Amino acid sequence: MSDYILEMNQITKEFSGVKALDDVNLKVKKGEIHAICGENGAGKSTLMNVLSGVYPYGTYEGDILYKGEHCKFHNLRDSEAKGIVIIHQELALSPLLSVAENVFIGNERTSMKGIIDWTETRKRAQEMLARVGLENEDVDVPVNSLGVGKQQLIEIAKAMAKKVELLILDEPTAALNDEESRKLLDIMLQLKEQGITCIIISHKLNEIEYVSDSVTIIRDGKTIETLVKGVDDYSEDRVIKAMVGREMTNRYPKREDIKLGKVIFEVKNWNVFHPDDENRQMITDINLKVRAGEVVGLAGLMGAGRTELAMSLFGRSYGQKISGTVLINGKEVHLKTVRDAVKNKLAYISEDRKTYGLNLIGDVKENMTIAARPFFFSKHGVINNNDEIVAAQEYRERVKVKTNSINQVVGSLSGGNQQKVVVAKWMMTQPDVLIMDEPTRGIDVGAKYEIYCVINELAKAGKAVIVISSELPEIIGTCDRVYVINDGRIAGELNSAEVTQEKIMQCIMAHNRKGDGNGN
Amino acid sequence: METNNKKYVKMDMKQYGMFFALIAIYLVFALLTKGANLTPMNINNLIMQNGYVVILAIGMLLCVLTGNIDLGVGSVVAVCGSFAGIIMMDLKMNMWVAIIAALLVGLLTGIFAGFFIAYLGIPPFVTTLATMLMGRGLTYTLLQAQTKGPFDQSYNFIGAGFLPVLKIPFGDGTLDIISILAAAVASAALIFSEIKSNSTKKKYNFAVNPTWQIVLKLGVMLFIIWFFFYKLARYNGLPFVLLIMVILIAIYGFITSKTVAGRQIYALGGNRKAANLSGIDTNKVFFWVYVNMGLLSAIAGIVLSARNGSATPKAGDGFEMDAIASCYIGGAAVAGGAGTIVGAVVGAFIMGILNNGMSLFGWSTDIQKIVKGAVLLGAVTLDVLSKRKKN
Repeated sequence: MSDYILEMNQITKEFSGVKALDDVNLKVKKGEIHAICGENGAGKSTLMNVLSGVYPYGTYEGDILYKGEHCKFHNLRDSEAKGIVIIHQELALSPLLSVAENVFIGNERTSMKGIIDWTETRKRAQEMLARVGLENEDVDVPVNSLGVGKQQLIEIAKAMAKKVELLILDEPTAALNDEESRKLLDIMLQLKEQGITCIIISHKLNEIEYVSDSVTIIRDGKTIETLVKGVDDYSEDRVIKAMVGREMTNRYPKREDIKLGKVIFEVKNWNVFHPDDENRQMITDINLKVRAGEVVGLAGLMGAGRTELAMSLFGRSYGQKISGTVLINGKEVHLKTVRDAVKNKLAYISEDRKTYGLNLIGDVKENMTIAARPFFFSKHGVINNNDEIVAAQEYRERVKVKTNSINQVVGSLSGGNQQKVVVAKWMMTQPDVLIMDEPTRGIDVGAKYEIYCVINELAKAGKAVIVISSELPEIIGTCDRVYVINDGRIAGELNSAEVTQEKIMQCIMAHNRKGDGNGN
Repeated sequence: METNNKKYVKMDMKQYGMFFALIAIYLVFALLTKGANLTPMNINNLIMQNGYVVILAIGMLLCVLTGNIDLGVGSVVAVCGSFAGIIMMDLKMNMWVAIIAALLVGLLTGIFAGFFIAYLGIPPFVTTLATMLMGRGLTYTLLQAQTKGPFDQSYNFIGAGFLPVLKIPFGDGTLDIISILAAAVASAALIFSEIKSNSTKKKYNFAVNPTWQIVLKLGVMLFIIWFFFYKLARYNGLPFVLLIMVILIAIYGFITSKTVAGRQIYALGGNRKAANLSGIDTNKVFFWVYVNMGLLSAIAGIVLSARNGSATPKAGDGFEMDAIASCYIGGAAVAGGAGTIVGAVVGAFIMGILNNGMSLFGWSTDIQKIVKGAVLLGAVTLDVLSKRKKN
């Protein structure tokens, strides 16, 4: 028997004549962690859906060999019966049910004839949680009372309960911060020691480098190559080269020397309290300044309060008992609603485009013009359709949205193109100050580059840009100056000459120590 | 540009499919009833009987666009009718006072529901279930469970009257020139708007429908217009209700497609959180959608009581279901964010033609309900399945 647990040979999958997968080959060794890399739309998820039976046998060409056996899966249950479990990026947990119940959902522990054995359920859930490093969690609390990182681990526990042998993780760390991600990756390494084979799909190349034993790169529905750790060059740059098909010497476009102008955005003594708990202070005494033509980063760990800060500034979309002063172009402004903020030339691109940014059933034009419409494309409340069409065409070219027409429904676009639509939407409001919250989350390298170009273009036009990002290299690559935010306060300020990942982390650690010192 | 390669798009069958369904159902009943539903009088009845459902469907579409419904409209129709009745019959006041009072009452119920829904965050289903019960109870209390009437002829004109006519002898009867002129004006407007929209599309290099499809579409619509107006011309001319309907369709068609406020309803229905963060005051949108529904319910209440010549406690019973069904049959998305006024109106007429045809054929109202239910389920199922196929 070969040492491959899984061999997918010459898989071809067509969607109404378009080849999503074209002669793809994937070989996974038993007991390894195998990464799959590729830009958005390259076909990674399609391949995993073929493997797990979401696309049933017969709808694709090619052959799946699992543990030396030819597989003909007709649905997820077939593949799960063989020990193949897929965990999707969007968690499949039922938020109000207990942890224990979620671990055994669809796989209930029953005493007889469908009656749930709660004692067994709790006991076994506890065991499963212990295997993913959650031995101290209460199995009776509702799942939504835990953080996303822990929920992700519960998904894995759920897979363990199904006696998983081949675990597929689709972008498991997309919603996690660095610390949570590291924990998850370490759990994966533990699982490997327990003999479980893993396939991980991820955009975060440093994670792949850390955790995986080999990586298969897919581009435009074709397998490009498989690299093995310790044998081939396994660096990030090498993987990127294979992914984009060309050498990416610089992942960040060169920043021209832009002359900085006056301070056009200034926040003084900003304080915000939690929307549901008026005694819990989320933002404390934040002061910041951004000059015309400047790109300023807000770095920090997830939960540091960066999004809360941005949203509270943006028409008080977050929090209560907000106090402090905001000056735009030297003039104090009172931004009580989002409309006030837009009117005063402040824009905010949210971190979650699907939930907060887009009307997915609306078309490109509708989504692009919705925010700017009351100010630019209408007169006495009546829309000027022609102006909208012209503007939507113009911005489609400017931010390079790849779509057949501006009438295409946004939900059918890829993540990168959706993000560009959101960026265009806020550029259309002609802001002087633009806050971009995780502007490149979950999008591919090429689309990222284009978003960075837009940031530079905005700075060049004399706008103030604030970039919030959990990817430190991105902050360092795009920003002139960085505020480090920790625990709702400014922990430090670094300019582009001195900023490094280590400096930022040191800044956070030092601030944490200081906080503890004050507390005790 | 990619659009250059692809200048033609396929006709959106979903949108025009409804018109074909309307005609098909009508023809089926024409066969079944041996032409009884083709008579001028029946066409006239069709419009007069369905006027209030069309008016309610227009308002309901806005609720449906937000992803919700209003269960209270039938009761509000009754409340408004009974207020008008009491003012005219008991207080012996002018019909204009009655009309204004009825409109105000409708507006107030809308404000009431809108306040709970938009500013207290009570789910619309629950809020309007409450207004449905309260409204019906209020109607019975106001009317002491009795019918109030008969109303003055001048009031009844709203529901049963006709616009001025200019009749000339024609065939075995007469023909109203005014109706024919109206049909000519409508046809000209339709052709003009189609030409204009196509030239705009060409100007911006957008994909247009192939000419034969445009001609077919125009042909079908012109046929419908001329058929209806010719039949009306052979009867008593244009019903006043038709004028109200046309004005409302024009106003709300314009609001939903061409105004900032109208498009905000679609944005809200598509993604409420995103709409909020795009500077749309979604509470305000919700509020006005339900206030508007109250106002249109009042108009429907006036039309219904005028047609009946009286206010009855059971008036408007079940109208909310007809209005909701009209929107869904007319292609509005159950989850909100998609749907058109024209669709809702066509949906209302499909229901109306079904009712009318089955009555003429001699089927009982019990059977009619079964058929209407099946048509609703069938239409929505087709819609959902066709969407699934596309994905």
